Amino acid sequence: MTVQSRGEKWFSVFNTIVMLIIMFLTLAPFWFTIAGSLNEGMDYMRGGVYFWPRSFTWGNYIAVFSDPTIYHAYWITAARTLLGTLTHVLFTALIAYGISRPNLKGKSAYMIYIMIPMFFGGGLVPTYLLYRDIGLLDNFMVFIIPGLFSVWDMMILLSFFRTIPESLIESAKIDGAGEYRIFLKFIIPLSMPALAAIALFNGVGHWNSYYDTLMFTSSDSLQTIQLFLMRVVTDATFAQGMSSQAAALVPEQAKKISPETLKLAMMIATTAPILLIYPFLQRYFVKGIMIGSIKG
Amino acid sequence: MNGTFDTARETKKIGKRSIRWFRLKAQFEQQSMVWPGIIFLFIFAYYPMYGILIAFKDYDMFAGVSGSPWVGFSHFKEFFIDPNLYTVLRNTLAINGLNLMIGFPAPILFALLLNEITTQKFKRFVQTISYLPHFVSWVVFGGLILTILSPTNGILNYLLVSMGVISEPVNFIGEASNFWVILVSGEVLKGLGWGAIIYIAAISGVDQDMYEAATIDGAGKWQKMWYVTLPSIMGTIVIMLIFAISAILNTGFEQILVLQNPLNLDTSETIDTYVYKTGLQQMRYSFSTAAGLAKSVVAVILLFGANYLSKKITDNGLF
Repeated sequence: MTVQSRGEKWFSVFNTIVMLIIMFLTLAPFWFTIAGSLNEGMDYMRGGVYFWPRSFTWGNYIAVFSDPTIYHAYWITAARTLLGTLTHVLFTALIAYGISRPNLKGKSAYMIYIMIPMFFGGGLVPTYLLYRDIGLLDNFMVFIIPGLFSVWDMMILLSFFRTIPESLIESAKIDGAGEYRIFLKFIIPLSMPALAAIALFNGVGHWNSYYDTLMFTSSDSLQTIQLFLMRVVTDATFAQGMSSQAAALVPEQAKKISPETLKLAMMIATTAPILLIYPFLQRYFVKGIMIGSIKG
Repeated sequence: MNGTFDTARETKKIGKRSIRWFRLKAQFEQQSMVWPGIIFLFIFAYYPMYGILIAFKDYDMFAGVSGSPWVGFSHFKEFFIDPNLYTVLRNTLAINGLNLMIGFPAPILFALLLNEITTQKFKRFVQTISYLPHFVSWVVFGGLILTILSPTNGILNYLLVSMGVISEPVNFIGEASNFWVILVSGEVLKGLGWGAIIYIAAISGVDQDMYEAATIDGAGKWQKMWYVTLPSIMGTIVIMLIFAISAILNTGFEQILVLQNPLNLDTSETIDTYVYKTGLQQMRYSFSTAAGLAKSVVAVILLFGANYLSKKITDNGLF
């Protein structure tokens, strides 16, 4: 134990205060939003509801989950998250395993070919025109197919596969197992920590994405929750329309909801799945970026 | 005797052949694992690069990329004399300049300060909280910002009015002059903890002997931070800086669209949002591709320039 000088003591105090302020700035907006979403709509509009709901109600949440439009948007988002993440992880892992084979012919050429798109791309309009030409526009598959493969995730997996002893794969080969069998029976189970990290990043990305919905879909049936929320947040008329529709669906709650509080309830409901898994899976998130940064 | 010899040679031959066949099969399987990726990238990465050609053509929907007539640089000329160019370019550079000046050092500072916390539990707790905004979508995060800034029931107005700083609630997001500050503060807060991870990892890799040596030489906390920690993570900082400089024309897209409204358009329209609006909404495909390409060319020049300078000055570089 070293003796702290007076200046160092002050520094520790100052440092702790800075950290507390950062934590407050991070958490307070969520807290205000939760408090507001549990408050009656008309009352909220009078202002002054920050740390605690003034007149408590579940009405806004009941309204959010009774509206079939919102319900459908959640469904689409959940479907793309599950399907998109699963296919992305399997597809990317398969290619990463192929590339990781020491005897693969043309490996360095493949690597160059794979790396180039990390630095150059076609940009928005050529991508849009491509999707139009191959029928991906306004198609559910636009959420899944373009996201099948990621070079960055492949790099993370490559560096993870390097930790799997080659002798293990060799002995499986001597027992007559083909590459696909080895991939499914050995590589996938052994790489679970890395695959889980990638799946989590990718899943959060799918859940949070509104960019692709906005750019490449137009029909309401494909609207994801983030795009729906985006319209509620940025367009007051749209929020008003949603509020009246919700009020008509749950007349007994009609007096308790307003566009503003309904919006807050939707924001919380949309973030809830992430907030719920976050504390448990945080270590995976960090592990994932560590694998990546060691590589980079 | 002779016969045995023959058999031995025969087995050797068969062995060789089966090994070759075995290898061929393995090679075929390996290739079949890689090719889906090659085809994928051909369609979704390389084909759009070919599509950039429409920046030099008048894109005709029915003729496709190859059938459209060449027009040379006329779309680029159009972009350079576009009356919106000045605004769009100014906003892009201002937002990224602010991000580079504030958003870039903030995570480094945060990592350095976090490293000085001696209570491990508190440190982990702060870290956990600080990553959280990274995993929240920009729609929700933007929504939180708008709620706090709201003129009717936002807490910022309430605080400022009750402290007497302003006499009446202000519609912060509706005033163009505030947009850059709001956007950059939001980005800094959202990326602070996550951006610090890479520096925290770098700091944890610093040789502990150096700290001990510095302590023996009588260095205090500040001096250790300045003369030991910072130089040790300089390599990481330089690499991240090169990335940041090459991305100086990439303002994020999602955050801007959430916070943008007709009242702040004058300071919130950037190259990226402009390409989206002219391209997909007004369907000026060739024009917006030209604008996007002009941006990418500058970005690549910046990347190579920053890398060159960094190699000259610090001996650190990406390639």
